[in-house]
Amino acid sequence: MSAVSHQEYDYDIVKICVILGIAMGLVGTFFGTFIASQLAWPALNLDNPYLSFGRFRPMHTNTVIFAFGGYLLYGSAFYIVQRTCHVRIWSSKLAWAAIWLWLIGLVCALLTFPLGMTQGKEYHEAEWWIDIILALSWVLYSLNFIMTIKNRRTSHIYVALWFYLGMMFMVSYIFVFNGMALPVDMSFSYSAYAGVHDAMVQWWWGHNAVGFFLTAGFLGVMYYFVPKHVGRPIFSYRLSVIHFWSIMYLYVWVGAHHLQYTAIPDWTQSLGAGMSIALIFPSWGGMINGMMTMSGSWHKLRTDPIMRFMIVALAFYGMSTFEGPLMSIKSVNALSHYTDWTVGHVHSGALGWNAMISVAALYHMITHLWRPIYSMKLVNVHFWIHTVGAVLYITAMWASGVLQGLMWRAFDDYGNLVYTFADSVAAMHPFYAMRAIGGALVTVGFGIMLYNLIKTLQAAKAEEGQQSVATASV
Amino acid sequence: MSDHKFKLSIPHDNIERNLGLLATFVALLVAVGGIVEIVPPYYLDDAEPAVEGVRPYTPLELEGYAIYRKEGCYLCHSQMIRPFRDEKERYGHFSLAAESRYDHNYVWGSKRTGPDLARVGTKYTDAWHVQHLIQPTSVVPESVMPNYVWLETNVLDTSKTRARMEALRTLGVPYEQGDIDNWEADLKAQAAADDGAGEDDLRARYERNTWVNKNGDVEQWTDSFKPTPLNVRAFDADASDVTEMDALVAYLQSRGNMVHFEEGVDYYHDKFGQPYRK
Repeated sequence: MSAVSHQEYDYDIVKICVILGIAMGLVGTFFGTFIASQLAWPALNLDNPYLSFGRFRPMHTNTVIFAFGGYLLYGSAFYIVQRTCHVRIWSSKLAWAAIWLWLIGLVCALLTFPLGMTQGKEYHEAEWWIDIILALSWVLYSLNFIMTIKNRRTSHIYVALWFYLGMMFMVSYIFVFNGMALPVDMSFSYSAYAGVHDAMVQWWWGHNAVGFFLTAGFLGVMYYFVPKHVGRPIFSYRLSVIHFWSIMYLYVWVGAHHLQYTAIPDWTQSLGAGMSIALIFPSWGGMINGMMTMSGSWHKLRTDPIMRFMIVALAFYGMSTFEGPLMSIKSVNALSHYTDWTVGHVHSGALGWNAMISVAALYHMITHLWRPIYSMKLVNVHFWIHTVGAVLYITAMWASGVLQGLMWRAFDDYGNLVYTFADSVAAMHPFYAMRAIGGALVTVGFGIMLYNLIKTLQAAKAEEGQQSVATASV
Repeated sequence: MSDHKFKLSIPHDNIERNLGLLATFVALLVAVGGIVEIVPPYYLDDAEPAVEGVRPYTPLELEGYAIYRKEGCYLCHSQMIRPFRDEKERYGHFSLAAESRYDHNYVWGSKRTGPDLARVGTKYTDAWHVQHLIQPTSVVPESVMPNYVWLETNVLDTSKTRARMEALRTLGVPYEQGDIDNWEADLKAQAAADDGAGEDDLRARYERNTWVNKNGDVEQWTDSFKPTPLNVRAFDADASDVTEMDALVAYLQSRGNMVHFEEGVDYYHDKFGQPYRK
């Protein structure tokens, strides 16, 4: 018994995010496939400065993380906060402002990267003035979310909202502090920090962009859409409380594991490794809670490809949050650091967990915002293409990463290095080609999704037209 | 009711019903880890032990660094050698924290699609670098690096050099007024675009044992320490102009040989602590 009729919610702000998110997913994975292909076939750099790998790589990372992931987080937050608080969004105007500012910031970033304008910080490449636009959007988004919760007509704040709230605070902190820079002009700025300190701040940002933007936020997505979609309550309420607070506390510490055996202090490295290992417990808490929520509805997997996306997403989440602590152990990191294993790990999280839970949430929302999806068959095709693409990608990078690590450290019986660096580069070619094919499959999957969305929108429009004709003739 | 008395329970229900409480707890909790890990290294002396020889970049090297960042070199090349036997064999002595103390931003990187560059300086000739940057496969057939064909034809944009040095001085890099005022002469002198007229002045400014940082503190290396000589020449073999190639090669050739490592010295324990007087 919802106290509010659905007409009272503002769904337009959700709809635009769903459309933009899916479009950005296609663009971002296309960029990714392009740069992956450049590594397999370097001629694709085309001797063109604007398309060369070094300038183009941030195009991929920023589009998939902040454009695709960002719009999923914006749209789903607007959707969930209204529905779980039984109240309309606090300010539709501010929501639109946040949505358009985010788009303006992203477009500026994507236009300036090929020109070589970069802060030189991974996943935080956009120059200082673009940072300000994006930060402004983020603050408006967070404020609107918090004020909507304040206006809620329910007594309790739903668990999914806690995760969004944690993400909003932490992402604000890390984005602002990592972005501290002294501008030289519009196209160039120097980080406020140097050397060791800059490295620490950067990975405090880098890993918490993963930990909060891509994990806490997406756990919020999971905590709403999984129970809603399978029609069962969360498996363990107590587990969600425990793993929420522990994930909020632990993630923050682990950035240092990106700097094992570098020139940062030893105690920081060990602390980063220790906290990373501890992090497996809250991570698996979330994974188990999500999976067990589906328990009892397994029969639906036969007919519901959206639920397939959810279960595979959670399986990948469990897998990559096991792999992460493993790789943060110093002796494992000694092998894995600087290799493609890291890239494989990131993508088992990104393609497996983030993309698949997002895709599930987006398909679920499409049905509730417009009408039942145009073709469930195509959703199923998308599921299989995406899964095969992701698995190809990840296994290629595991194999190449471990091979690289072993080749670099191999000594012969006389105490000489066995391989030159160039030998290891040559050995990567088949894996880079395989990775590019995996990425291409994921891109095709997003193409199918966009097609399915467009057809659904057309059908919804046609039905609306018929309805209004019918009303007029009465 | 009496059951409740002995039950260890956190009143989570209150938190879930009170937005202010929830938001405050979350906002405080997520701040802890970062503060504990990031702030102390600024105050602990052994987090970035000082070492003799590390100097700020010359104007030409500074422009080279900007190109390194602009072209995204750091995405495929690390500049952080780890203390392992294979890395020592392949790249040289492990990197010290102090070696990147003037790098706003740090360029340690996170991935080695290509090899580490922390000590690539003087390992190859200028001609090798120029050839390699224009067409990597012509010297390393296995390479997957893009051809940087435009570096040699692009004349270096020096409109920001002075502003860059001033910005870095604001951030604490010990450039003196003379270093900044003479940026153009120094830049041309290092690329040998001035018929050798400014070379002595350039060397006097950057091959020295005393630096005054922004706090006015004098950093004085031991008198016997001989700073590594600057590389002064037409890096792209063409002294008629200063190109992006000149700047990038000058930067690369400066990598990693400012600190003089002595055989048999353990730089973690023996050397740190008293390398120079303040």
